[in-house]
Amino acid sequence: MYPAPFEYHRPGSVEDAIALLTTYEDDAKLLAGGHSLIPLLKLRFAQPKHLIDVRHIASLSGVREVDGAIVIGATTTHATLERSPLLRQMLPILPEAASQIGDAQVRNMGTIGGSLAHADPSADLPAVMLAVGAEMTAVGPRGARTIRAEEFFVDLLTTALASDEVLTEIRILVPAVGTGGAYEKYPHPASRYALVGVAAVVTLAGDAMQRAQIAVTGIGSTPSRAREVERALAGRPADAETIAAASSHVADGIEVRGDLTGPAEWRGAVAREHAARAITRAVQRARGEWATGARSA
Amino acid sequence: MTRISLTVNGITHEHDVEPRMLLVHYLRDTLGLTGTHVGCDTSQCGACTVVLDGERSVKACTMFAVQAAGAEVLTIEGLAHDGTLHPLQAAFREEHALQCGFCTPGMIMAAYGLLRANPHPSEAEIRAGLEGNLCRCTGYHNIVKAVQRAAQEMEAPSTDQAGREGRVFTPVSVAPVAAD
Ligand SMILES: Cc1cc2nc3c(=O)[nH]c(=O)nc-3n(C[C@H](O)[C@H](O)[C@H](O)COP(=O)(O)OP(=O)(O)OC[C@H]3O[C@@H](n4cnc5c(N)ncnc54)[C@H](O)[C@@H]3O)c2cc1C
Ligand code: FES
Ligand code: FES
Repeated sequence: MYPAPFEYHRPGSVEDAIALLTTYEDDAKLLAGGHSLIPLLKLRFAQPKHLIDVRHIASLSGVREVDGAIVIGATTTHATLERSPLLRQMLPILPEAASQIGDAQVRNMGTIGGSLAHADPSADLPAVMLAVGAEMTAVGPRGARTIRAEEFFVDLLTTALASDEVLTEIRILVPAVGTGGAYEKYPHPASRYALVGVAAVVTLAGDAMQRAQIAVTGIGSTPSRAREVERALAGRPADAETIAAASSHVADGIEVRGDLTGPAEWRGAVAREHAARAITRAVQRARGEWATGARSA
Repeated sequence: MTRISLTVNGITHEHDVEPRMLLVHYLRDTLGLTGTHVGCDTSQCGACTVVLDGERSVKACTMFAVQAAGAEVLTIEGLAHDGTLHPLQAAFREEHALQCGFCTPGMIMAAYGLLRANPHPSEAEIRAGLEGNLCRCTGYHNIVKAVQRAAQEMEAPSTDQAGREGRVFTPVSVAPVAAD
């Protein structure tokens, strides 16, 4: 299967990439790892006339700590997230989720920025971004702006990014002491995408859950925060009863998809179970039982 | 057409290619390196796996040749050295890790990438590491054994000029492969 013909561009900087986007407007598409875009091009679901490859822009890649935040460049691959010592210590939920994406070859090419910008309803990292409260930096001809994860994922394959903007980096505050996070996934048996994925980040104050951010992917048209679960956890004791009761709300307000792999009721049930598992492990990590570092989510 | 230059199995090539040409077709049709197979053409089966820049296994059906410009590509044809099979190739032979052989080049290149990232993988890590490669014949068991065996052989301290470790195994003659 061959895509429709296109011209290939390899800009050396974000500015050059934006200039190309401005020149070619709707005829252009950014290309990162290509592991969502190339399959679409082969099927001719998309036929851009210009592909702008951002994978070689050095400033867009890497994980670093800056002023109490972890900053991840948009073209950082899933494989790099998986192995990053900084993330493993500070934010183990992210390597945990990244290591479950597709397979080794997919993780070697696929990038966090591509995954977020593509906004597949069954992708893993969007749920993690919502749970950790990430902020995305988008740079376009009008300058840079920050988009909070909650505003970033708008709908099926739709984000708040404008067509002439480049997602440059993702910023996540280093979690407070007593915070733990975990990602639980039920992969599609063939594609490995999430039939259900739940990301949970919990901050404990003594035995109580002071704060909980829970996000779910795979079941609706877009990943979303599970507000009802969060409300049912906040301020309550971090015990199995509370977690089970709260998890029953994970699909509240979501029109759960049913398809060949299973009806909507089944997906909802899997989501509830995975929410309980994710929250339970997040609490364990917050208590230090799972932590690999002092401050870990 | 876009002019690209890249290194494949240590040899630098320069060609004008259509940007939409997949890396796997460049290797097979332009360079005549047909060891890299096309199984599914939909990023699922791993038959097209090659190694990029010495360590990253990638699916050459999900990458354009232009994206590989400036990179070093290693294919199955680049593994044997002076008529001697690479430890992975030898181990696949010894352990009966192939039947029809269609998945084998991709399987070996994926295993190569796996061992670069993790020279001492457990059985579970080998199975997880080869998740992106489908085999319809062997049932995977002997493939896992072959990778374990190769990992042990490659542990041996000797290093050849190409920097490839541990060639302590019975040498096997193979016909030299013409590149370009
Ligand atoms: C076999 C297979 C299995 C997979 N399994 C999973 C899985 O289990 N879980 C999962 O989450 N994902 C999975 N994926 C998808 C994979 O994670 C992709 O790599 C990812 O979704 C897209 O990242 P990319 O870098 O490849 O982006 P590309 O495909 O290059 O781009 C995707 C989209 O994002 C845009 N884009 C890319 N970078 C930027 C940027 N910096 N700024 C603005 N827009 C940008 C592009 O224009 C394009 O529209 C799988 C893919 C394959 C092929
Ligand atoms: S041919 Fe590339 S993954 Fe199947
Ligand atoms: S040996 Fe036949 S597909 Fe693997």
